[in-house]
Amino acid sequence: MPASHLPASAVATGDALLELLNGFVKELRDVGLAVSLTENLDALEAVKHIPIGDRQTFKTALATTLVKHYNHQQAFDTAFEVYFSLRGKQYDLGADGTADLLSELDDHEATNLQAAAGATENLSPEDLAAMLFDALQRKDPQMLKSVARSAVRLYAQMEPGRPVGGTYYLYRTLRNLDLDNVLERLLQQAQYEQGDLSEFDQRLLRDEYQQRIDQLQQEIEAEIRRRLVADRGAEAMAKTLRKPLPEDVDFMHASREEMASLRKAIYPLTRKLAARLQRKRRHGRKGPLDFRRTVRASLSYGGVLAETKFRNPKPHKPEIFVIADISGSVAAFARFTLQLVYAISGQFSKVRSFVFIDGIDEVTAYFEGAEDINQAVHRVNTEADVVWVDGHSDYGHAFEVFWERFGKDIGPRTSIMILGDARNNYHEAKSWTVKEMQSNARHVYWLNPEPRSYWDTGDSIVGEYAQYCDGAFEARNLRQLEAFVENLA
Amino acid sequence: MPFRFEDVASLSAGLRRVDYLADEGIAGVVYLADRLAKPVLIEGPAGTGKTQLAKSVAEVLGTRLIRLQCYEGLDEAKALYEWNYKKQLLRIQSDRSDQQDWGGLSEDIFSNEFLLTRPLLEAISAPDPVVLLIDEVDRVEVETEALLLEILSDYQVSIPELGTIEAVQIPLVFLTSNNTRELSEALKRRCLYLHVDYPDLLREKEIVLAKVPQITENLADQVARVVHTIRQIELKKAPSVSETIDWAKTLVLLGFSKIDERTTSETLNILLKYQSDINKVAKEFSTAGGVNL
Repeated sequence: MPASHLPASAVATGDALLELLNGFVKELRDVGLAVSLTENLDALEAVKHIPIGDRQTFKTALATTLVKHYNHQQAFDTAFEVYFSLRGKQYDLGADGTADLLSELDDHEATNLQAAAGATENLSPEDLAAMLFDALQRKDPQMLKSVARSAVRLYAQMEPGRPVGGTYYLYRTLRNLDLDNVLERLLQQAQYEQGDLSEFDQRLLRDEYQQRIDQLQQEIEAEIRRRLVADRGAEAMAKTLRKPLPEDVDFMHASREEMASLRKAIYPLTRKLAARLQRKRRHGRKGPLDFRRTVRASLSYGGVLAETKFRNPKPHKPEIFVIADISGSVAAFARFTLQLVYAISGQFSKVRSFVFIDGIDEVTAYFEGAEDINQAVHRVNTEADVVWVDGHSDYGHAFEVFWERFGKDIGPRTSIMILGDARNNYHEAKSWTVKEMQSNARHVYWLNPEPRSYWDTGDSIVGEYAQYCDGAFEARNLRQLEAFVENLA
Repeated sequence: MPFRFEDVASLSAGLRRVDYLADEGIAGVVYLADRLAKPVLIEGPAGTGKTQLAKSVAEVLGTRLIRLQCYEGLDEAKALYEWNYKKQLLRIQSDRSDQQDWGGLSEDIFSNEFLLTRPLLEAISAPDPVVLLIDEVDRVEVETEALLLEILSDYQVSIPELGTIEAVQIPLVFLTSNNTRELSEALKRRCLYLHVDYPDLLREKEIVLAKVPQITENLADQVARVVHTIRQIELKKAPSVSETIDWAKTLVLLGFSKIDERTTSETLNILLKYQSDINKVAKEFSTAGGVNL
């Protein structure tokens, strides 16, 4: 711990830090975190109690006062890296005003690194490879850090002022390190040292090494980021690195990582939504006056109608039909919506789901009794019969078949949700089908994962269908989707 | 008022003595809570030691822990204070004989003697520096949450008949939440935020070693690694730390000194609570090395 042996008097006050913190808070707000004034003041108060050399506690102090939501942690981490990254001389950039202030902190960390790494300047690639192997085999985070530093110095060949993103340098570094190969060699080594390993042990070992490699990768990313910040300044970097919060991630353009974070975010969200709706039901309005029970209760007051009794409300439970386009471009959106709807299926009397591309198929059975929603979604994607001719979205044909086969099931208690971008590949719209649905159903809603400004451009014909819907909504991210589903129940 | 903790390191060491292994983040936040005199809101998956943290801190300080378990329907009378109306009635009746005037009487029956203190009031009127734990705060309704705001920000309780009661000493307050609903901004703003997640490999191993004294180091290491691997798999309910400890205890009781695939699949039901999860993990492990061979 680099912490405690610094004098407690080395406490950060002064305008420079104040300015740095203000910039930091502004960046957090720009990312979308709601940081209130009191929280800002709390942060200022908190850092007074922290010895400035203690970087870890400094970070904790800011996180605990400024970030009040777990999903926002990652955004905070990135911003922190950028604003309070190491800016000492070993990064060979001129010190801008704030660097002096934090230099004590830097030097401290730097000596630690140096001590751990020994003389790591001018390593040959072979030395580095050996060191990397060693660091991964032992569980030494300091050593991983110094390996990451050396690797970036050796392989990334960063040039000051060159306007390329961090990913370019990251790719260059990782390609040279060849981590997949390293993993195999680590496993072989372990096999050799410990004699026969069962498959089970191998699996555990692989997971463990993989985790360390992931750690190394993060260190390398952080190192590159530090250098880029040093080169371009915090504000500029913060802007390039800014990522949307999980609830603001666009379904249509989510990267693989963002998808993973979405999948993680959706489960607690569904649970929360279900709990909230249940509570709303329980505490909502009372039913009409129950005259019989009121008179009965009055007997205990000698015939005075002192206590009024009410009937239990019979909540209206709608029937939901979900009709989802699952062609490539909007598949992720359909998946999340189905997941949300099924999570709160207790709020509906019945949920039926249909998926289509150019043909349509009912998939209700996959979800019923499925313990694992992911498995159900997987079955939808592999087993459902949704291709009619060529596997390009054809809304018109899908709706026509839907109307023929299932139209008679639509009753006055049915709410229909149609999910899709309505990019019809210039097929015939057949919007009369939606009109028919509307005349039979209670409501017809259209959810479109595209931003409103793209609607009715190119082959999108959402407007043509929307005229027969009770509402067409933009649902680009979890926040919008959640709001819609909550209102539905 | 003197601070409770010297620095982060000594707090960590103190917690370690009572078998709570805090990482730097946890210790740092508790330390700041003391310095800034602010409550701590602890969130995180079930069974990661949120409640235990409050208990352990109380143990380190050697003070009383006052606990308010939240539930739906919790109200002022259960959380703050209540007038002991039976005693008030008795008082009035015993007074009937000597004809005391109403003014004197009403002043008398709305006094401290007739006040039943509930956890929140008890915590701030206690003369010694207590630890207050408000457990599972996400279970109360949003409206009830407002009840907590006064005490959390100003450490005082207003009772209409008596006036405002201010804290004699500032208690160390912990709130825990299982995240079943979003807490109000107003509440969050008043608290320091701490997210307690599953511990990393090394820390979990140490926790197992500390909580299951009979276990060998080798077995503890394996236990931590298996649990860690299981958490990587997408499950309905990932194994919590308390379940890890239960599992380790079971293995020790059954006399295993080494874990292999078979022991794992046979005892999975201690770690996992859903049949679908158990099946999934068992399948995952039985095909584990197959790919490599």
